Amino acid sequence: MDNAPFTLYGTTLAARLLLGTAQYSSPAVLAAAIKASGTEVVTVSLRREAGGNRAGESFWSLIRELGVKVLPNTAGCRSVKEAVTTAQMAREIFATSWVKLEVIADDDLLQPDVFGLVEAAAILSHDGFQVFPYTSEDLVVAERLIGAGCEVLMPWGAPIGSGRGLNNAFALQALRKRFPAVPLIVDAGIGTPAHAAAAMELGYDGVLLNTAVAKAGDPVAMARAFALAVEAGRVAYCAEPIPPRDMAEPSTPQLGRAFVELPRRA
Amino acid sequence: MAGSSQKIRVLGAGVVGLAVAYELARAGQSVEIVERAAGPGLGCSYFAGGMLAPWCEDEGAAPLVLEWGREGIEYWTNTVPAAEVNGTLVVAPPRDRPDLIRFSRVTSGFVQLDPAGVAEREPDLAGRFDAALFFAGEAHLDPRRATSMLAAHLREFATVCFRFDTAAEAVTEPADWIIDCRGFAARDRLADLRGVKGEMLILATREISLARPVRLLHPRHPVYVVPRGDGRFMVGATVIENENRRVTARSMLELLSAAYALHPAFGEAEIVETGADLRPAFPDNLPRIRRVGRVLDVNGLYRHGFLLAPALARRAAAVVLRDAYFPEVMDADPGQRQRA
Repeated sequence: MDNAPFTLYGTTLAARLLLGTAQYSSPAVLAAAIKASGTEVVTVSLRREAGGNRAGESFWSLIRELGVKVLPNTAGCRSVKEAVTTAQMAREIFATSWVKLEVIADDDLLQPDVFGLVEAAAILSHDGFQVFPYTSEDLVVAERLIGAGCEVLMPWGAPIGSGRGLNNAFALQALRKRFPAVPLIVDAGIGTPAHAAAAMELGYDGVLLNTAVAKAGDPVAMARAFALAVEAGRVAYCAEPIPPRDMAEPSTPQLGRAFVELPRRA
Repeated sequence: MAGSSQKIRVLGAGVVGLAVAYELARAGQSVEIVERAAGPGLGCSYFAGGMLAPWCEDEGAAPLVLEWGREGIEYWTNTVPAAEVNGTLVVAPPRDRPDLIRFSRVTSGFVQLDPAGVAEREPDLAGRFDAALFFAGEAHLDPRRATSMLAAHLREFATVCFRFDTAAEAVTEPADWIIDCRGFAARDRLADLRGVKGEMLILATREISLARPVRLLHPRHPVYVVPRGDGRFMVGATVIENENRRVTARSMLELLSAAYALHPAFGEAEIVETGADLRPAFPDNLPRIRRVGRVLDVNGLYRHGFLLAPALARRAAAVVLRDAYFPEVMDADPGQRQRA
């Protein structure tokens, strides 16, 4: 397996870790974590921060100063209309056609409303947006999203902020096999660097997370830990891990060893 | 310079301006307090929670907040006795138990309570939470009463005068020092200052009584309920990177849901007041004293206005009176952070 470049809508990135910007104890800690992670793309939410105008400008200018690519998101949107309006505002504020599309259906699990998602993705793609849909691991939904114009898919590992890791590794793997050429990013549910490495070992192109870094005891150190894990997982995937097997297979040959286990004569 | 009386103008009669003025007045200085509103403590301070909770705040704040916050508790219990030291109770619904565990890992100064311990301290919460953290050393105050008390203390000095309904720009007479404590209103002078919206509401009910602030942890909207006496409870506060003072329906929904989760009797409480204002904050959410010549900015106390104002005020006074320097909150080069 060759290490193909990580390209999202024509933009090639060196870092396969993407970070969210919410929940940090201060913008200064956020900036230090972004730096330590080496990430080149950060997501920013707008729904509540904009308040219908540019009232979030102070925070957004701090984000712009980070010098990384901004992927605005529609976090907190619960309807197609809300998500589309928020995306349009985001395009204006951050001068980008990228948008992480979230349409949330359920309060407890923050589960994506996949029906609304497909509808909003079609509207936004038609309007010239480059849509990064936050979706479930469902194959059929993935196909519909691609049909709606999405060239990147972002299935969840587990519910947002839950830190549970890859709840359904089988389905994530099936998605990878079905769409070998579509950039796939595990978005949400990652708790530890091991989860991120596991996603990369499945052949995922990248990992997007927020809470696991922002709420860690030391967010800056955790950001670096995730960067290392994502890199390790990617290198491991490209290096083709051995398949698991049921029996032991000694790594040194048995032949030629001393006859320690020769049956004794009676 | 100490000993000789200077004419000092303090801009802003919020908790920071009042505390700074009080330190200077007590040091024998002549202080003029200029405030655009009609009275003291009517800006951002008016909407504060009034929790003096440096150990809880240590969850996300820098160590300075704990260190200087303890000075704040001491000040509000002795120098200007507006606070009660009844501790803070931190609870989480069973499904958010991981948040309580996380909170306990990143803070100190608490004891774990079992259901009996919760019932003993807050009888009205008996049976509602099977685990809690109790931060015994924390205190709370009514911010409106506290700023009134400070203003009353200040009025006892013949050398102090208040000028209300007066914009800072409208005052042009010379002064030996100008100390700008206007919070977000000083944005025009401080390029890296931003406003972080906080929304709150006040509920009234006789069905519940609480002796101390209760924090309800939640992965997305942590909320606290602070008893204000007379059956009133302050519920706060949102933290939104937005410089617009509108109270939104969604924020009220979140605050009320949390209050209701704490105790269903809040469902029948009267909504007495809703409010919102902007907390002044620098990028690291830590306060600053900035000096340019004889102009001092004391700003950026973020969500720790009442907690940190006493410590900041003492140090600001030391800068004015003794030319002191505090590296924790003073930039070596004041111009350095002005870029933004």
